Amino acid sequence: MTRRAAASPVIVAAAGAAGGLTLYALGHTLWYGLEERGIALAFGILIAVGELARWGGRGAPGAVAREPAPLGAAGALAYALLGESGGAPTHHGVLQIIAVVAAATLAGAVPHVALGRGPSLDHLIRRILTVSFAAVCFQPLYNSGELQELVGLGPWYALWLVAVLVFTALCDAVLSAVLTRARTHWPYGPLLRDELRALVGIGSAVGATGAVMSLAVAVAGLWALPVFSAPLLLTQLAFRRYAAVRTTYRQTITSLARATEIAGYTPSGHARRVAALSCAVGRDLGLSEADLTVLEYAALMHDIGQLSLVDPIPAGATALLPPADQRRIALLGGAVVRQTGVPSDVAVVVERQADPYRDQPLTARIVRTANAYDELSRSAGPSGMLTALERLRLGTAHDYHPEVVESLSRVVGRGV
Amino acid sequence: MRPVPVPARLLIAVTALGGAACVLPVVHTPGIRWGAVALLAALYAMCEWLTRCPFLGERAPRSMGAFFPVLLAAIFLLPAQAAALAAVPGALLGRVDQRPVAPRRIWRGGQLALACWTAGQTHHALGGRASLGAGGAPDFPYALLPAAAAAAAFCLVMAVLDGVILAAVGGPGRRLATFARGAGGGFAGSLAPTLVHGLAGLMMAVLWVSPYGPFAALLVLLPMYISYWVFEQYHRERTAHQATIRALVQAVDIKDEYTRGHSERVGKASVLIARELGMPDDRVEVLRFAGILHDVGKLGVPTRLLRKDGPLTPEERRIIELHPEYGHEMVRGIGFLGEARTAILHHHERLDGSGYPYGLVGRQIPEFARVVAVADAFDAMTSTRSYRRARPVEQALAELKRCAGKQFDPQMVRALVRALDRHGWHPTVTADEPAPPRLPLQEEQLSRPTATGKAP
Repeated sequence: MTRRAAASPVIVAAAGAAGGLTLYALGHTLWYGLEERGIALAFGILIAVGELARWGGRGAPGAVAREPAPLGAAGALAYALLGESGGAPTHHGVLQIIAVVAAATLAGAVPHVALGRGPSLDHLIRRILTVSFAAVCFQPLYNSGELQELVGLGPWYALWLVAVLVFTALCDAVLSAVLTRARTHWPYGPLLRDELRALVGIGSAVGATGAVMSLAVAVAGLWALPVFSAPLLLTQLAFRRYAAVRTTYRQTITSLARATEIAGYTPSGHARRVAALSCAVGRDLGLSEADLTVLEYAALMHDIGQLSLVDPIPAGATALLPPADQRRIALLGGAVVRQTGVPSDVAVVVERQADPYRDQPLTARIVRTANAYDELSRSAGPSGMLTALERLRLGTAHDYHPEVVESLSRVVGRGV
Repeated sequence: MRPVPVPARLLIAVTALGGAACVLPVVHTPGIRWGAVALLAALYAMCEWLTRCPFLGERAPRSMGAFFPVLLAAIFLLPAQAAALAAVPGALLGRVDQRPVAPRRIWRGGQLALACWTAGQTHHALGGRASLGAGGAPDFPYALLPAAAAAAAFCLVMAVLDGVILAAVGGPGRRLATFARGAGGGFAGSLAPTLVHGLAGLMMAVLWVSPYGPFAALLVLLPMYISYWVFEQYHRERTAHQATIRALVQAVDIKDEYTRGHSERVGKASVLIARELGMPDDRVEVLRFAGILHDVGKLGVPTRLLRKDGPLTPEERRIIELHPEYGHEMVRGIGFLGEARTAILHHHERLDGSGYPYGLVGRQIPEFARVVAVADAFDAMTSTRSYRRARPVEQALAELKRCAGKQFDPQMVRALVRALDRHGWHPTVTADEPAPPRLPLQEEQLSRPTATGKAP
């Protein structure tokens, strides 16, 4: 899977573009020397520090995975959009910006690489390409003096910066969705939608900070950098704590889900497998990130109702029980889930997992199908995969939603 | 709803009058930019109003009441009277969670007006407005000094007034202590955040007077707002997480219904011992979880065995004795539990090596496990079980002392004795408390699956 993805032409092209640009920019800058060294050094340090303070591993959820080093990103954007410094015009060009940002990002990443949790390739590609884009939109116009004639140095200038940043953020979202698509083959539309939705959160914070930093440096000189880094560090801290509690929460839910396995009601690893399969199918069907979280929690806890049974069902296989019993376990499980403080959507999915598919919400259809697949494929021995898919297809009249079953067979065929 | 005590009423009236006295001279002050005052006041009012915005419903942030960057920017930009005025509409509009609402709003208005006025005077006294550099370059790093002093003054006035009202609302005795605790704690807790807000406010003020104007200043608020919003999400998620842990515990309690509340009480007793041993707060917190979750493995033991009256056969005993290992297996993946996981695994070990699951001896048993073992035994003896009544605390402690060295760590037993001497034992979860919402984990008989062809 990863090997095929790494060879994907889209990623090769993007990495080639970013790498080539970086090398050319570094070479050019080394040959001709730096303009305004002090400013370049200050921004370089800011970006490197931001990169050092990056958070989370690659498996981190949500916003953290999307922008692991907000301070570094904001610093890079601010340097790309820097016009004046302390009232005096600057002269650094696009190539110098790319060289400084690339060098600082890599320097800040060295300790992380040494610890084995360096930035992902996608992260680096996006950083270089978006900064180049912003710089190309801004610097030539500014350095030639056209921008000053066009908008002056008043409020319109600030508005122009914001417009460039919005445009850059949109391009970054598209780029990010394309890269993820090339790596995972998830459908493009929902990926882009999730990226755009994330712009409202961390994306706008990074963009606004970039604009403020470049304006503040224009007014107050380099003193603005440390002064305004402190509030952004606060934002970063908030995101980090949020990510930490999300991780812990997920671990606790996984433990709660494992209770049925330890009590001997379900085979070991069942809940985890069903959750992984459900999420893969959910992605394939283009669910949003919020729905995927609901789906994951519900899939993890879907068997929790079995804790109420006196005697375990053989192999915990609910798919073969009479429908009335399946529904009763589902209702019991829903009642347990309601106590756990997860969103009530999760409880609804658990409660409705045994209903005929026409009465179910999509998430419950997915959990039902993934659960049945896992049970059937394990009980049927080595050829279990095909047997299970066949039995699911036979059940599409009433129990399993045909589209979900087809999506499941695609996902399984890909080898998840 | 409690009536507002007379001293508190007086205090609210005095503060409101003081606030009015700060604001009113604004009418005669020459050279006030009313546009800026109106914009900042509207901005602050909007931030406060968002907390009870009907359109956002559940998603509305709660803690925006402390959204100070706007106020601090007003303090830096405007004369003190005008800054105080800018704070008033927002304070009157803000969210109030507890009743009575009207006195609280008035109090908050007066408090903010006084704090803004004081901070504004401090700022001007240190030459803050000149350092912002209207028309020229701002005077960094000097501009940081008046800004920090103003933020500290703001924080101080807020904390002192909070302490005073706490003392006025509280009972007649110990007013001074209440005041000191409220004011000191408030000041220490909010100084650092207020200083950070001060930096954001300073940036806003600098951009506001620069050629780029108020629009650029408003951009500063976006990251601040987002960090508030994320903190809000963080708290929401944390609450949900605590509910999940509670659900785990309740599931055990209901499976083994004679021991209802046992887990929570063992958590409490473990915390008492840990504090007596002088453990740092983060370890105490983990130990609390260890106590609460120590029996979570009972979820893996058949309900029939847990509820059996009368003696257990050796085979049944062996199955029940598996619960520490089940519990450890369950919580293995929960990273934050850390040391608590070893306590769950080893809480039935005995000092002389006759315990289970591994028969560890003495210091081989992890510290947390030795604490939880004492807390567990203590609560088991002092609560009523199906087969016997609860024993009094003294008798239980005597029993613990008797077994110290053989079964329990004497150090932990001594710590528990000392802690109980000092604080007493007030288990809150008792029979007279209303039953918690029941989870449907009682035995459910299920018709046997037709696949196996057996009748129930």
